[in-house]
Amino acid sequence: METTTVDTNFKSEEYFINMGPQHPATHGVLRLLLTIDGEIIKRVEPDLGYIHRSIEKMCERDSYQQIVHLTDRMDYLSSHINNEAVCLAVENALELEIPDRVQVIRTIIGELTRIASHTLWWGVMGMDVGALTTYFYGFRDREMINDIFEETCGARLTMNYNIPGGLMFDIHPNFVNRVKEFIGHFKTKLPEYDTLLTGNVIFQKRMKGVGILSKEDAISFGASGPIGRGSGYSCDVRKHHPYSAYDKVKFNEVLKTDGDSFARYQVRIQEMWESLSIVEQLIDNIPEGDHKVTTKVVIKLPKGEFYQKVETARGELGVYIISTGTKNPYRLKFRSPGFSNLSLLNHIAVGGKIGDLVASMATLDLVIPDIDR
Amino acid sequence: MSTMSIALNITTTIQDWLMNMMPEGVANILAMVIVALLYLAIFAVAGLYLVLLERRVAAWFQLRIGPNRVGFQGLLQTMADALKLVSKELTGTERADKFLYNLAPYFVIISSLMALAVFPFTKEFQAFDINIGILFLIAISSIGVIGILLGGWSSNNKFALIGAMRSGVQTISYELSIGLSLLTMVLLTGSLQLSEIVEVQKNGWLILQGHIPAIIAFMIYMIAGTAETNRAPFDMVEAESELGAGFHTEYSGMKFAYFFLAEFINMFIIAAIATTVFFGAWLSPFGITESIPWLGVFWFLGKTLILVFLMMWFRWTFPRLRIDQLLTLEWKYLLPINLVNIVIMAIIVWLNMTIQI
Amino acid sequence: MNNEALQNIINSWFPDSISNTVITETSDETETQKTISSNGLEFSEEESQFLNVTVLPEHFHKLMSQLRNNSETNFDYLFCLSGVDWGTELGVVYHLESTTHRHIIVVKVKTDDRENPAFESVYDIWATAEFHEREVYDFFGIIFNNHPNLKRLFLTDEWEGFPLRKDYVDEINMVIK
Repeated sequence: METTTVDTNFKSEEYFINMGPQHPATHGVLRLLLTIDGEIIKRVEPDLGYIHRSIEKMCERDSYQQIVHLTDRMDYLSSHINNEAVCLAVENALELEIPDRVQVIRTIIGELTRIASHTLWWGVMGMDVGALTTYFYGFRDREMINDIFEETCGARLTMNYNIPGGLMFDIHPNFVNRVKEFIGHFKTKLPEYDTLLTGNVIFQKRMKGVGILSKEDAISFGASGPIGRGSGYSCDVRKHHPYSAYDKVKFNEVLKTDGDSFARYQVRIQEMWESLSIVEQLIDNIPEGDHKVTTKVVIKLPKGEFYQKVETARGELGVYIISTGTKNPYRLKFRSPGFSNLSLLNHIAVGGKIGDLVASMATLDLVIPDIDR
Repeated sequence: MSTMSIALNITTTIQDWLMNMMPEGVANILAMVIVALLYLAIFAVAGLYLVLLERRVAAWFQLRIGPNRVGFQGLLQTMADALKLVSKELTGTERADKFLYNLAPYFVIISSLMALAVFPFTKEFQAFDINIGILFLIAISSIGVIGILLGGWSSNNKFALIGAMRSGVQTISYELSIGLSLLTMVLLTGSLQLSEIVEVQKNGWLILQGHIPAIIAFMIYMIAGTAETNRAPFDMVEAESELGAGFHTEYSGMKFAYFFLAEFINMFIIAAIATTVFFGAWLSPFGITESIPWLGVFWFLGKTLILVFLMMWFRWTFPRLRIDQLLTLEWKYLLPINLVNIVIMAIIVWLNMTIQI
Repeated sequence: MNNEALQNIINSWFPDSISNTVITETSDETETQKTISSNGLEFSEEESQFLNVTVLPEHFHKLMSQLRNNSETNFDYLFCLSGVDWGTELGVVYHLESTTHRHIIVVKVKTDDRENPAFESVYDIWATAEFHEREVYDFFGIIFNNHPNLKRLFLTDEWEGFPLRKDYVDEINMVIK
């Protein structure tokens, strides 16, 4: 039986609680060992590995096209963006010229994935703090996006639409109309959500001043994505290291300086608006062209090291490939955003109450398979 | 017509009927037993259908349908659930305090049942018309707290104990607010007896008579009432996304059903008190069905159900308050507002500024 | 800051460099250029998008804290910490970025001691290193000195062996093609 040793120098009033792997609030199989004193948390230690599937070791024996299929099992809520990361790494290493059509479609689908991930996050956020109805509203919108993806890509969760060289098939003829319909629908819903949760006094009292993370701490802990931006750290990979069609669209990077849970919440809601605006800018002008560039069947990367950064819904995903010129990578490392984000849980939860831990963890938006790989 | 009006006065009707058949003492006792069984039946049916109502209302808010297969529109759903619960094994922990563990659910049930007895469902349909009606109601609901604390303590489970402590603290704090807001209305009626209160409302419902302070008192009463029954947004105690399941973690089967039903009946009782004191119990608006007394039952139930719907609406919309925010709300905000409100109401009554229709 | 300037600054922190020799290796059809200084630092820009610095384990911690604290380089964001089994040697690769100057550098440190590989922990410089170094320890067996809590992260405490090493054999779980 596995025992995890914890520092047992307890003072007499402290006791030790296990938020076990099966728990409604931990968004996946994460085990948290809490040391608490009454209602105040003294230490949070995460115990990982429940869904570790040794993806990095598997990548050392798989071909590059097969590796793409492994990536969307990591952060399944931004699966398209994960696939894009590996494809871009391979394409940049091979110095392929990717047609504009592919880049624009990848951007549109990436932003739709981001919206889908954020609506699910919003629904679950409400559920965690007690407003159980928001779960259904969030999923209703996510279902619309999933239906669009099902028609074009063939799958609702693990898309695998990207391949090194472009897209697997061209977009469905209905794609543009359905996306426009969705944008129209979602623009009426998002203000409703704002009023329902954001404007609610009880919700604000649960979130303001809770789980504060300063900018220096965010950088030191490697926080990225909405968590870093909620603390004032400008870390949007789409702005600093643009890829696909992001340098051709106008959008703002949403920054807030408070660093508390409410700031992170607002960053994500605002990001949904920005994503909608990006999709609107691109959807009417998809350039004509091929949907892929033919590569060899057996892809061999030249000798060297390649790093590709993308911005998933959770933060910065990095793909680091060390290749010796053969058809498999020598070493492939995924720098997952959730891994660094989880490391700051202890920092922001200590000194608060258990209710605050649940609220803060909901704003960290962790997806455990992303952390465990 | 005269037979209908006699039938409403159930206690005397039953007593007279029995008196014809057997000696007085036995008749008295039998009358009490029959009335008690009648109320037990009302309690059980009300509980079952309130659970179904909650599920359908929740589904409506969440854009889905809710139970509609078992029986016509799901009317037999809770019956089926009750049967299931009855057939479950009554697990218990080994080191639990057996006597208290078994006793705890009964405190909760008994206090709910006793409270149900004093409501005026319609003119003369009231089992127990004591002259300190409101005081009796408040006192009885305080007994329910003992059941919760005993349940948590005797389970011998540290999460259940934490949950019971939190729940106990919450309940006794909010009882203050309930008592004070009801006291505000008693200033208008001048009597604690529930049938007197309804009589006074023939000149207009109390919420109308007392205008501003009555409305404030009603709002405070609804907030405090929701907190009293441990419902969202005050249900930190039994929140599923927190640790444990509160004080009834270790209960299963029928005993769990008792706690569960008692929560719904409490919700009904809070709404019923509000109907009686603020909205005129069985009186129809502007006296339109004054001449048909037995319609009063429907008016009473209708008003109560609207308030029950309001409490359900709170549950499915608002997030939860943290336990310390909950207590801050009561002691730092509701209590001072309540006290000031009583003074305002007293001034209004003294200056005869109430609205009389 | 471009790579030249970075290289100069870093060299200035380790003043034992008397001569900078430029070695040109020709293998297959490619020519790789590495600049080896006698202070143990190796700079290379080939085969990578960024400037790579390979440093000896004894100068490692000093280099890292200088990279972070020096205001001209100011590498405050450690975004990737990977362990690599180079075949004969075990090493760790650090990707650093500066949030103010927006330049990126890659620091590599290697040791050929496969029995007890040990490096200094950089947890005191970047807090994110705590979890990343535990992961490297879990998969490669590299010990980090002065780490607050060095134990296995993903695998259970009783697991034997270090799976991401190239000589790891596990008949039951691994599928080799």
